[in-house]
Amino acid sequence: MTNESVAKAPKSTAPSAPGEALQARETRLFSLDGKPVAFTSGQTILEAATAAGRYIPHLCAHPDFPPHSSCKLCVVKANGRYLSACSTRAREGLEVESNTPELNGRRRTLLQMIFVEGNHYCPGCEKSGFCDLQALAYQLEMQNPHFSHFWPDRTVDASHPDVFIDFNRCIFCELCVRASRDVDGKHIFALTGRGIKKHLCINSRTGKLGDTDFSAADRAANICPVGAILKKHVGFSTPIGKRTYDATPISVVSLASLEASK
Amino acid sequence: MHEKERAPTPEQAARHAITRYHHDPSCLVQILHDVQDALGWLPPPALTAIAETLGISRAHVEGVAGFYSFFHLEPVGQYRIFFSDNITDRMLGAPKLMAMMCRILNVEPGHRSADGAVTVGTTSCTGMCDQGPALLVNGFPVTRLTQERIREICNLIAARAPVKEWPKEFFLVENNIQRSDQLLKFRLDPGSALKAAVAKGRDGLLAEIHQSNLRGRGGAGFTTATKWEAAKKAPGPERFVVCNADEGEPGTFKDRVLLTSYADHVIEGMTLCAYAIGAQRGFIYLRYEYRYLVPHLEAVLRQRRTLGLLGKNILRQADFDFDVEIRLGAGAYVCGEETALIESLEGKRGTPRIRPPFPVTCGYMGKPTVVNNVETLAKTCLVLAESADEFAATGTPQSSGTKLLSISGDCARPGIYEYPFGIGIAQILEDCGASNVQAVQVGGASGTCLAPYEFHRRIAFENVSTAGSFMIFGINRDMFEVARNFVHFFAHESCGFCTPCRVGTSLLKNLMDKMHNNKGANYDLSEIERLTDILKTSSHCGLGLSAGNPVITTMSKFTDVYVKRLQPFEFEPEFDLDKALARARQITHRDDTEAHFQDEREILS
Repeated sequence: MTNESVAKAPKSTAPSAPGEALQARETRLFSLDGKPVAFTSGQTILEAATAAGRYIPHLCAHPDFPPHSSCKLCVVKANGRYLSACSTRAREGLEVESNTPELNGRRRTLLQMIFVEGNHYCPGCEKSGFCDLQALAYQLEMQNPHFSHFWPDRTVDASHPDVFIDFNRCIFCELCVRASRDVDGKHIFALTGRGIKKHLCINSRTGKLGDTDFSAADRAANICPVGAILKKHVGFSTPIGKRTYDATPISVVSLASLEASK
Repeated sequence: MHEKERAPTPEQAARHAITRYHHDPSCLVQILHDVQDALGWLPPPALTAIAETLGISRAHVEGVAGFYSFFHLEPVGQYRIFFSDNITDRMLGAPKLMAMMCRILNVEPGHRSADGAVTVGTTSCTGMCDQGPALLVNGFPVTRLTQERIREICNLIAARAPVKEWPKEFFLVENNIQRSDQLLKFRLDPGSALKAAVAKGRDGLLAEIHQSNLRGRGGAGFTTATKWEAAKKAPGPERFVVCNADEGEPGTFKDRVLLTSYADHVIEGMTLCAYAIGAQRGFIYLRYEYRYLVPHLEAVLRQRRTLGLLGKNILRQADFDFDVEIRLGAGAYVCGEETALIESLEGKRGTPRIRPPFPVTCGYMGKPTVVNNVETLAKTCLVLAESADEFAATGTPQSSGTKLLSISGDCARPGIYEYPFGIGIAQILEDCGASNVQAVQVGGASGTCLAPYEFHRRIAFENVSTAGSFMIFGINRDMFEVARNFVHFFAHESCGFCTPCRVGTSLLKNLMDKMHNNKGANYDLSEIERLTDILKTSSHCGLGLSAGNPVITTMSKFTDVYVKRLQPFEFEPEFDLDKALARARQITHRDDTEAHFQDEREILS
């Protein structure tokens, strides 16, 4: 979403009215896979679950940004309805199912869809072992891509001195778009095209990253969950076995990294 | 349109358009239209000039321009011809006519001719289903295409005749009103409904709309009064009224007729809403395919301003200021979804927002906004000018009033039919002269496919709900091809925001094409179920949620048309080795038996 008003909205966890602060003191609960989860006013299902140390798979959601709700990995069943956990506010008494064969099966299908619409070659990718998409595929036991590959014709942009973009790996989470616009204030990225032809475009006359004021220190250069935006001059610096997701699944890493950032 | 004028530079075109829209970035879609009109397409320097003059990111401009079907980022012909690709146009012979035109003009479908004169392609339903097959030439609809007419068009193009000099009868669009009831019989004296409303006061008006039990005619059936009340109560000084005239559902054309001959009703309805909720600005979001109606709508707006029915102090009320602007879409079905429509109105890609919040509290520019369908707005006049009780007494208890149906396909009298809610399908079929009916698709591509055993059902929100599309398929039609056409439509129109719809609609399209090419097997049927399940449960908006419907309903009701296409194996690969060799044959100029691959199963048999 490119809605500035949404992007600049106050963090949803902040109490917006005096009454809500009062209410927040009482413990309010919803149930996640049969176990209670406490939440405060305005928290989404994903935020509350994460705060309670419960993992719900997600790709496009990021704690520093408003919900995006595009990857649909976080879809849960809440009181019988399918809803995105990242953009649905928790409510008292809500009965949420997430870790079920039904929902994990669909998540696997969504991952397979993402794998076949782009060109993802994990063994040759520098992000391997650090990649959220790859880690989620392991987490959800995705054994194969299942669908026919689209083999899209996408390019690599190596025009920037310090960063390169491999469009083959873009999953359209728009984290770089959002970070560049809302944090870096540079508007380096946008999406163009529609449907299956949607793709990232870059803010310069040539369409090349090298012709922008993008910097390797930008938040947008350090937020890609997959191997689409990578630093030059380093590569495969961590031995296999020592990489983030080698020993620890994303369900654990995701919760721990949030804990560390507090 | 501008064939004979000297083209301005991209910078001049950008400056001119941006000045016209007062440097307002929210008018980006309108600015892109103006620049494209001037230049014929949107070359990269034009995007740069727009971005620099407006002071916004070039990537954003490129992102918006790349979203809409009718913005051209590659060079196109001086004549841009798009055949309506709805199933009803196809049934009337559109594909053959297009092939014929391409042959005469020596142009590949979807491409520009070598001399740069003409581009021929297809587009989603143009809303001329009752007078098809139809095409758009430089944005203007040409109806009732025949071989004769195609030849004439080709001659005009060969002679480089400007489109505005083409014979008037080519562009004739008829109303085809076949059955009138409450609304279509109602002649509105401009301002009369408004006067009645002002006499009742804002609360009185809302009470009246409430009393009528009027529900939205755009498909969802939300209670109009509840929507208006919510927007009225929402905090903030500014409010907006939006008329959703992005009539893109395949097979629907009733809003086109209302905007043609009942524009006063529609705009008076918008003004009633403005009075009720306290809005000062309104927009008509008009689909690009109905662009030819802009001069007419502008004339109606001007006349209403002259009559004191728009502008400052309407009907001499001290605190009643309201005016309406027309905003043109650019070819995106998803913009019929109200939050995508609002994004487009704000000059962005038409991507549906996360809901809640709903537009009634957080709509255009984050302000309370009522988005109503064309027909809903016209009907509010009826409630005021006659009586709410009378309105509520028509139809069924849950679905009050009448419904306009756009009837097309296999029947003797296609056109507009207005019926009280509760009308039976069988009765409608009899009235429009349809016999030997195999199926009716009610509600467009995203609607329901009804088989003869369901023709006792009735049109109503609580029974067969529809925004107005009613396409009839005779006994000889292939319902698989009907479903395949709708699946192609959804894949083309998916905005691409969420994974299930972006990838799922394309995968579904590929599966349907595989079956069409007689490469389908049992395995593919279960794959269809897998995809329709994920679309229905995980999509972000109504487009994705309903994109599987045409396949689900035809598969359950017309199983035979799927089964008869299946190969007698559990699995049949999509890959076709012989087809893959086509390029090699082309290069080597060979087409003999030896240059073709023969399936080993065929050899064995």
